[in-house]
Amino acid sequence: MPAVTETRETVEKLAKSSYEWGFETDIEMDIAPKGLNEETVRLISERKGEPQWMLDWRLKAFRAWLEMEEPTWAHIHHPPIDYQDAHYFAQPKKKPGPRSLDEVDPELLKTYAKLGIPLHEQALLAGVEGAEERLPVAVDAVFDSVSVATTFRKTLAEAGVIFCPISDAIREHPELVQKYLGTVVPVADNFFAALNSAVFTDGSFVYIPEGVRCPMELSTYFRINARNTGQFERTLIIAEDRATVSYLEGCTAPQRDENQLHAAVVELVAMEDASIKYSTVQNWYPGDDEGRGGIYNFVTKRGICRGARSKISWTQVETGSAITWKYPSCVLAGEGSVGEFYSVAVTNNHQQADTGTKMIHLAPNTRSTIIAKTISAGHSDSTYRGLVRMQPKARNARNFTQCDSLLIGDQCGAHTVPYIESRNMTARVEHEATTSKISEDQLFYCRSRGLSEEDAVGLIVNGFCREVLKELPMEFAVEAQKLLQISLEGSVG
Amino acid sequence: MSDFLKIQGLQARIDADGTPKDILKGLDLEVPKGEVHAIMGPNGSGKSTLSYVLAGRDDYEVTGGSVTFKGQDLLALEPEERTALGLFLAFQSPVELPGVNNANFLRTAVNAVRRARGEAELDAVAFLKAVRAETKHLSMSDDMLKRAVNVGFSGGEKKRNEVLQMRLLQPSFAILDETDSGLDIDALRIVAEGVNSLRSPDFSALVITHHQRLLDYIVPDRVHVMAHGRIIHSGGPDIAKTLEKQGYTQFLEAAA
Ligand SMILES: Nc1ncnc2c1ncn2[C@@H]1O[C@H](COP(=O)(O)OP(=O)(O)O)[C@@H](O)[C@H]1O
Ligand SMILES: [Mg+2]
Repeated sequence: MPAVTETRETVEKLAKSSYEWGFETDIEMDIAPKGLNEETVRLISERKGEPQWMLDWRLKAFRAWLEMEEPTWAHIHHPPIDYQDAHYFAQPKKKPGPRSLDEVDPELLKTYAKLGIPLHEQALLAGVEGAEERLPVAVDAVFDSVSVATTFRKTLAEAGVIFCPISDAIREHPELVQKYLGTVVPVADNFFAALNSAVFTDGSFVYIPEGVRCPMELSTYFRINARNTGQFERTLIIAEDRATVSYLEGCTAPQRDENQLHAAVVELVAMEDASIKYSTVQNWYPGDDEGRGGIYNFVTKRGICRGARSKISWTQVETGSAITWKYPSCVLAGEGSVGEFYSVAVTNNHQQADTGTKMIHLAPNTRSTIIAKTISAGHSDSTYRGLVRMQPKARNARNFTQCDSLLIGDQCGAHTVPYIESRNMTARVEHEATTSKISEDQLFYCRSRGLSEEDAVGLIVNGFCREVLKELPMEFAVEAQKLLQISLEGSVG
Repeated sequence: MSDFLKIQGLQARIDADGTPKDILKGLDLEVPKGEVHAIMGPNGSGKSTLSYVLAGRDDYEVTGGSVTFKGQDLLALEPEERTALGLFLAFQSPVELPGVNNANFLRTAVNAVRRARGEAELDAVAFLKAVRAETKHLSMSDDMLKRAVNVGFSGGEKKRNEVLQMRLLQPSFAILDETDSGLDIDALRIVAEGVNSLRSPDFSALVITHHQRLLDYIVPDRVHVMAHGRIIHSGGPDIAKTLEKQGYTQFLEAAA
């Protein structure tokens, strides 16, 4: 999507000095000084009202982080990140934003309109000041987040489900958090995970008790909490024996953030016969046509199938960010457990994505499926990186991997890097890969049936991604389709 | 009655691996409103090229001549605008669209065209009703609607799918490029019936074929013989029979 000058300037300003923006309008702000040291970590923990064990945990992570180095193996390039030149804790009492829709980047509004988002929601998404209070009464039913959230909480509580911000969980359910936090992604797992463990401030906690099928899809969808997306999010989801949950993360509307670096950690734990489905639509600001000002998204997502016959399924549609570094993984520790990864990654202009998955088969009869669809346009570069590891005990384990790349234009790149490690003779790994281009024949055929060139590209791309899109919950799937098309606008012709 | 479709001195070339290759070399043709014309000609004479140029495929470069359709400069329009204006091309080799559900494709196309013509879009129910009526007419299974567009379709199924699209998009001028090739006699009858039942004072067609056989079922008002990128002879339906018996030689010699 081409960015207008206004956006470019705004973003440049924001990128240079994130919080000047806030001080300009003389907003009261609870803010830690720039830089990252033990004091910063202590301050975060104190402001969050955390117990001692949590602080100790953070400090351990911080000390580990100091010893670590940024990974360099991924196929991405960016100027060095100065970790000391950022604020790690800043809670504005009120976020300064545009005062009306007139002050919002028209390109952003155009995109919202295309996604079919009503005007009052557009205002809210764009962070227009006072938009929340000014919501028309008539739309209460659709968009009164307070009442939606209330009904929502009541239904969940009746089922015994806990769904709350992770900071609340640390205070209110310390035994659960302490038992599971960091068990899937240890504090020193990787550079970005260690950083996250030391300084995370936001995120969700989900606990589904034994035998409970979560009565609704849990969502960080913008309709429920538009503004609570943080720089260092931490999410922990636990499904006890025979529990089932589907969790949706993200938002199809383009999201802006003053923070360029995002490093989230997501941990999933599935016990016996439990099932967790985690769906993501990621559409962070990708930067202008040249990729300037876009978000760097370095994410660690991992789930463990602890119990026998448990199942973890990751589905992701990645269209945003300047740089994406993300490998949702499954550790298949329970006998007969199942891991799935369905992914669509779209890159356009100067975006870079290095994404994929890891399937670690520890137990007998474990099965995993990987379907990765990569679409590259413009000058973008996309890499699928997948590891399938069959450990010695993974008797009769199975993996099926399919990686398909679609290129639009001839300036972009797509790479597939499969790693297969098998230490069990009875385990079977199958890998299929294809690379194709949208052909002139296909475009002409569609246009001769009355479709515009952009609609034709959208249709062909959605067809290419069908196997993944059908894994998404219904309402997400519809929006994801529109989103794919919008992300590729201007990429042909 | 003003000119409906009028082609004058049309020249077109293609870039064949770096060297331009002239294919249409000054082609003249008129199809009046309400008439069905046939084009016959040897392989490689440029019949498919003509159909692509009329439909707006942009890898063919028009180097001379003009085409007017309903009083408009057809060559100035985008392919989708030509379709909205009433042109339809049934492809000699229909293209596969992996993963694109056929019913969804048809509905997207129908509604895009309806929108462009200022007609109301069809909702899912109305569309399904319309499409079911047509598939029945063409003896097509519902299964073909659920599959991806042309993927794994037999030759005959692809051709029927083209005729289905033609009927749903309600063109006023249809070009059928060898829609009969690869069809058995029953399929041929069904396809011919699909065209014949559209015949009206408001519907014209250009039927490109190799075989006299099709013209027994779709009886044309006129037949044109094409060779080396030009129409070299035109006449009544009888020419088709002469061609079938004696081949193209006499026409080629007469034109030389
Ligand atoms: N894309 C192309 N590249 C090179 N030559 C082409 C291309 N398309 C058509 N031609 C050539 O143009 C001539 C006419 O082809 P075509 O229009 O398909 O004829 P017909 O349909 O009458 O058999 C043939 O010699 C064919 O090889
Ligand atoms: Mg041909």
